[in-house]
This record gives sequence, C-alpha cells and structure tokens, in this order.
Amino acid sequence: MALEDIFSVAGSALNAQTTRMNTTASNLANAATVAGSEEGAFRAKRAVFKSILADQMGDSNAGGIKVEKLIDDPSPIRKMSEPGNPVADKDGYIYLSNVNEMTEMVEMMAASRSYQNNVEVVNTTRQLMMRTIDIIKN
Amino acid sequence: MNMIDNALGVHAQALSVRSRRMELLGLNIANSDTPNFKAKDVDFKSVLQATQTSSLSITNKGHVLLTASGSPDGEMYRIPFDTSFDGNTVEMNVEQAKFGQAAADYQATLNILESRIGGIRKALRGD
Repeated sequence: MALEDIFSVAGSALNAQTTRMNTTASNLANAATVAGSEEGAFRAKRAVFKSILADQMGDSNAGGIKVEKLIDDPSPIRKMSEPGNPVADKDGYIYLSNVNEMTEMVEMMAASRSYQNNVEVVNTTRQLMMRTIDIIKN
Repeated sequence: MNMIDNALGVHAQALSVRSRRMELLGLNIANSDTPNFKAKDVDFKSVLQATQTSSLSITNKGHVLLTASGSPDGEMYRIPFDTSFDGNTVEMNVEQAKFGQAAADYQATLNILESRIGGIRKALRGD
C-alpha cells in the first residue's frame, strides 16, 4: 500500500535535513576557532544527500533519502599574523576556519524550509489516511 | 463480490493510482536537495488509457493493442522549467502545487467511493 510508504520517505527526509541542520550548527559554532597549522584549521562541512532505492530500504517498498557523506568546504583557509597567540606557528601566523557565516545562515534556512515541507507532506498524508479508514465506519 | 466491484467501478483502482501519485510527489519533495535526482510523476490519463485498452480482447490477428506511451504504470520524468546547477530537477513550488492537487484528487475519489459504499449499504439494509 502506497500511503504508508510516504511516511517512511518523508521520515528519511526529515532525518537527512536534521543532519544538515546539525552540520550547519557545528560550522557556526566553529567559525571562530583558530589553529596553528593550515592542515589543523577547521573546514566547514557540507552534507551530500543521496536517494535510496526501494530494495535497499528493507521491509518498506518505498525509496527514501540519506546523507551519503560529509564533505569539506574547498574554500581557502585564511592566515593571519598574530604572534602573541599561544597557538601561533613559528612565523607568528594563526590559521582561521573557512566558515562563511552568510552561507551557513542561508544553508540553515534552506534546511528548515525543506524540513517544513516534509512535515506538511506527513500531515496531509495522515489526514487522507484517516479519511480512508473512516470509509468503513458508520 | 462481483456486484460490489461493479458498483465501485473504476474508482477503487483510481484510488490506488492517486495514492501512488502522492507517493511519487512525496519522494520528489523528500529529494529536493539530492544532487542528480530526477523528479517523476504519474500521468493519470495514460494509466486510465492502459486500463481501458487492456479490457479489449483481441479477436482477430489484425487487431493491434493500443498501449499508452511511457512505462505501463504511467510514471514519467518531469521536464523542469529551469535547469539547476546540481542536476536536480525538483522545483519545490511546482511539487507543492502538484502535491496539493493530488491530495484534493485523492479526496474527490474518496468522496465518490464513500457515496457508492453508502448506496450499497442502504441497499443491503433495505430500510
């Protein structure tokens, strides 16, 4: 039956969007971290989604969506001369994270809108299902 | 049992097609951020055509069975209005509109079924 499958599809999407929100939160929290080397500097993470086919879902025969991997943002790491900083390297440089707050805020809004869309799908489906069940009543 | 099937007509099948469509649209909305995902939809007209033509029987070798274009369950890829950077063809506003429409269609079919079942129930009760 197809209507129940919508719940698992929308549910997996809610999960994936939550992961995306979590990544954004982690990026924003780490925006101001500094490191003593370019390799050690914090790089913003991005969630990459992948749709799953029906037969990979197990019992349910609907497809769904999952977070395939987290990738590092490729934008360059900025370095700054701050010899007084305890983590500075021998030339007096510290390395800042490559988190862009604007990008993260946009990402957060996009994730939250997608989440809301899927909640709406679940609500509509639930109502239709209840009405279908009501046919056999009275 | 046959009588009940006759009374319900095409609407029982229609309901399952409608719910299949809702599922596909739900899948599109869920995959709105998946790279290279191609949005799909059910073409109701072609499914209806397929059910009608398959009820015709071939009585002569010269008869050709007309099948609807596309896959037998009427699934087709959507042609997007705009192309996107990551190869995803889901357009959220389109999907939302279609989902709302599909939900209304489902309710319409449900209403028809409800009244048919009401009729059967009345006939059975006989009062």
